[in-house]
Order: sequence, then structure tokens, then C-alpha cells
Amino acid sequence: MKKILFTLLIVSILASCQNGKKESTKEAKSITAAGATFPMPYYNMVIKNYIKEKGMLVTYGGIGSGGGIKSLKDKVVDFGATDAYLSDEKLSDMPSEIVHIPTCLGAVVIAYNLPGVEGLKLTNELLEGIAMGEITKWNDVKIQANNEGLALPDKAITFVHRSDGSGTTYIFSDFMSKISTKWADAVGKGKSLQWPVGMGAKGNPGVAGTIKSTEGAIGYIGSEYAFAQNIPVALLQNKSGNYIEPTIESISASAQGELPADTRVMLTNSDDPNAYPISGFTWLIVYKNQAYDGRSKAQAKATLEFMDWIISADAQSVAPKVNYAPLPEKAVVQAKSILRSVTYNGETLLN
Amino acid sequence: MKSDTITKYVLFISSVVILLVSGGMVFSLIGDAVPVFEKFGWRFITSTEWNPTEGRESYGALPFIAGTITTSVLALLICLPMAFATSLFIAEYFRKSSFASVIGSMVDLLAGVPSIVYGLWGFYTLRPFIVELGLDPQGYGIFTSGLILAIMIIPYATSLSSEIISMVPNELKEAAYSLGATRLEVIKYVVIPNARSGIIASFILAFGRALGETMAVTMLIGNANIIPTGLFSTGNSMASVIANQFGEADGLKMSALIAIGLLLFVITGIINAVGKLVIKKMS
Repeated sequence: MKKILFTLLIVSILASCQNGKKESTKEAKSITAAGATFPMPYYNMVIKNYIKEKGMLVTYGGIGSGGGIKSLKDKVVDFGATDAYLSDEKLSDMPSEIVHIPTCLGAVVIAYNLPGVEGLKLTNELLEGIAMGEITKWNDVKIQANNEGLALPDKAITFVHRSDGSGTTYIFSDFMSKISTKWADAVGKGKSLQWPVGMGAKGNPGVAGTIKSTEGAIGYIGSEYAFAQNIPVALLQNKSGNYIEPTIESISASAQGELPADTRVMLTNSDDPNAYPISGFTWLIVYKNQAYDGRSKAQAKATLEFMDWIISADAQSVAPKVNYAPLPEKAVVQAKSILRSVTYNGETLLN
Repeated sequence: MKSDTITKYVLFISSVVILLVSGGMVFSLIGDAVPVFEKFGWRFITSTEWNPTEGRESYGALPFIAGTITTSVLALLICLPMAFATSLFIAEYFRKSSFASVIGSMVDLLAGVPSIVYGLWGFYTLRPFIVELGLDPQGYGIFTSGLILAIMIIPYATSLSSEIISMVPNELKEAAYSLGATRLEVIKYVVIPNARSGIIASFILAFGRALGETMAVTMLIGNANIIPTGLFSTGNSMASVIANQFGEADGLKMSALIAIGLLLFVITGIINAVGKLVIKKMS
């Protein structure tokens, strides 16, 4: 009996080794990726088109930016995706050098639920007051004074935030830290925070659902989730003092300035007078040397081809359909040259 | 090999597997929880601060422990009279009536419904109802989660304790009746004393289920990392914070989440031990 079991075990182990060896020399069959949920509607659409056009299977798991970074670090995916770029410290934590490829721009919108109230305007001071729990009623004189003509109810403000760690939270708190020293001192920026006030819900869909079903709620969500569910969003005052609605144009405007060579930059609180102030890139991350862990060259090439395609005009034109802003021309050029710096033991993979 | 020996091996292996799995779980939980205890010591259990922001990291599990205990105790308090009454109804008072058997199968069905379904129902039906009653302006918090937990564990406790009650030997009851006892007296002096330890065990199991319940609570408790200040305050539970935050966690935060898992393991263990003690004392 024991002998039989033992033999079975050995045979199965040998069989799995055999499989593993075969994989490394085989043609690339599929690409696996995981990460941010914020750009997921866009990625899903692009991937569907890619599979149809090129016949290469790509699977993307929306597990959050942190999860995407971790998966790449553990080398269980071909590339990861994140809404918050890796800090220098995090970069040096990775087993080898990685590069960031921006894919599109998204906005974090301030969505609210007040029946009959549309076009709510918020200044930075009001946003700070609400998020810090200092303004607790909708008909607070400060909000009312900034929104003449809107009938604001005598209702408690329920601030809704993410209960899970999130790149969306990172972008929001990055903006808050820039506009409010009180926030920067008390809360700071990060993927999950110690919230001064409010309640949490899981994921962008969770926050959107909670706001939608709770009168008097206000919270931040990835723009696509607010637009898709028709939740009203507030106009925010940008650095130039203009009230800006989140639109493809106003989101895109935030990336008009100079970008650093590695594209690692937060675009919140942009100087551009037409820019929506809580906008940001979302990135794909990939190892700069693709020859690791017995990865085949074909697999590396297939991965890079897909990443190159996602910043091509073909794929970028899909972005506005799901309410993301396509990359500005300058950023595309930069992203392409970064992708071409990725090699397989020194051999270039894309031309 | 003789079939007898094979049976022996199979039984032996499966029991060893259980031992290995639970031992391995405790081992890895403790191993991964060490960093956070090293850093914060007892403060990890007594501190109310949960700050995962880089550079300001500080982890205290008290808000979650408080949230888990308050919601589960609330659920148990609601569950006790309901489940006890229903199980007596099914297994003793109206046993063998077709109405009781319909109720019995409904209870069994409800006990098997996945918790996410209760969560959905709680989010879209129970919570708006609580808002409509004017109990709370947004309906998230300890009360709503405790209520949904109670609704979840009532069928569970009922199903188990009615099984126990129906196992009380008929001869005993018949003897009591022949002495002129009323139905209430039979329940009080024959059924309950005989089934007591089993009934208590079923409530302990139900309480254990409430402690570890994740999805339904996470959807209704409000996920605010504070110690609940009242019945309608928002809060967070141990299982819910783990489910919410493990995806993005690494380093010290991951260790803190695993330590919460370990605490949950320990609390469940203590409850089970207390339960066993009570049963021993009673019988």
C-alpha cells in the first residue's frame, strides 16, 4: 500500500516537472496580469478587442494596485497594474528593475446623493471640512454660501470611503495632502488611511453602491463608476480657481505639462487652468529584464506586444467610451520609448 | 492487503491530516503574527489606533475585537429566545404535525443559505427598512449587523437544538405524562434537563458562527475602524477587516491582519472551551 502511494507521488511529481519544462520552450499561449480595479473597465474592453484581433489570450485580475505589485514581485503574473507609482523605496524592494508604462488617465470624482440637487460646487476648504468631519450638515452655511440657488437639505453628511486599500484612495489622499495642511498633518496620503470620519465600503463598486443607496452620502470614486451608475458628481475648484466638471477633456488637461522620464508623477492639483484637479495616470508595471524564472523569449515578446498595443491609437480610442482620458501624444511617445528599453538578456524585444 | 488494514490506514491518514492542518495553521498564524507583537506588544490588543499610512503605521485591534464581540453577543441575545421557542415548537410541542415539519424544513433550508445572500438581503431590504423606521439615518452599524447575524444563526441554532430535543427518549416523557404532568411540566422537568447540554452546545456553535461571519457583516457594519459608541454606531469586525484589507497588505500590516486572525482563532477556542465546561457542569 505504502509503496503504491509512494510510486504515485513520485510519478505525479515527475509529471509536473515535465510540464514545467515544456512550458518554457513553448510558444506563448496566454498572458496573465493583475492589479488595479480603477482602470479595469478600460482594460477589460481593450483585452476583449485584443483577443478578437490577435488571438492571444490575456487575462486580467482586478485585485487592487497593491495586489498587482505583489503579484509581479512574486512573479506570478506577466505584468502588474497600479494607480500609485512605486516609490524609490518600493522599487528597490523588487527583485529586479521594473518600468512603469502609463496607459490612460482617470479621475477620482466626488459623488454624492442628494435628491434634486445637481451641480454641487465644492471649494478645497469645503472638501477639507467634509472629509475632516468639521462640516457635518448639508445645509451648513459654508456649503450654502458657495452654492446659491441650490436647496440643500437639513441632513447629516455621511462621508463614504474605501474600506480596502486602494490606488483610488491614494490619488484622493495625494490631492487632499496638497490642498490641506490640516489633512497632510492629521491623515497623510496612502492606499489606506486612518479616516477622521465616515464609513467604509469595499471596492469602487461598493462605495458607489453605498452612496447611491444612502441619502446624504458623499464620497470619492473612480470616475467610470460614477458615470456608469449615473451618480451626480461635484464640480471642484482647481488651482486656478475655476470650477471644473470631470470630463475627458478636463482630465486630459491635467497631463499637459512636462512629465519626468520614467512617467512616475502624480497629476493631482494641476497648474493647467482647465484641468480637473483629482486626475491621475494609471500604470502597467513590468520587469526591465524579461529573462527571469525560465521565462521564454516568446512569452516576453507577447507580453510586450500587448503592452505596446494598449498605448497604440487603436486601443487608446476606446478609452473615452468607458470614460477614461486617452494619453496625450507626449506621454505615448515616452511610454513607447520606455517599452523599447525592456530587454530579454540584453536583446531588444520590440522594434 | 486485507480490507481491514486498508480501512485502518484510511481512517488513520484522514485523522492525521486534520491534526497536521490545524497544527500547521496555528504554527503559521503565530509565525506571521510575531512581527506585530514584537513591535507593539500588548498595545496591539489594547490600542484603538489602526493607521496603515506609510510612515505613521500603528496597529491596534481593539476596535475590531469590540465590533466582533458586540455584534455577536447582540445576535446571540436575539437568537436565544427565538431559536429556543422554535425548536420546542418543531421538536416537542407540535412534533409530527405537518405544519411543524414544514417549518422544520424551512429552518434547515435557511441554515444552509450562503451568508452573502443574507448580506445582500440585509443591504437592500433590512437596512432601508431600518432607515424607514427612523431608527438610524443611514442604517449601517452594530444594530443592523447584529440583527442580520441573528437572522443567520437562528435557523442554525434551531436546527441543531430541535434535533437534540427530538432525541429525548419517549419513555421518559410518557412516564411523566402518566404521572399527570402537563405538557409545560414535561418540557420543564423532562425535556429541558435531558437536552440541556445539547441545546447549550448548539447555541455555542451558533455563537461561533456569528463570531467568524464575514461577508454579511462587512456589507452592513459601516467599516469604520472605531470602537462602537452605541447600538447604532458604525464599527468594524475582525473578520471584516481581514477580508477588506488583506489584498493590499504587506509587511507590518499583513502581520497585523494575521495577528487579528490569530486572535479570532483564540477567541473562538476560548468560547468552545467555556462551552465544553458549561456542558460538563450541567450534565
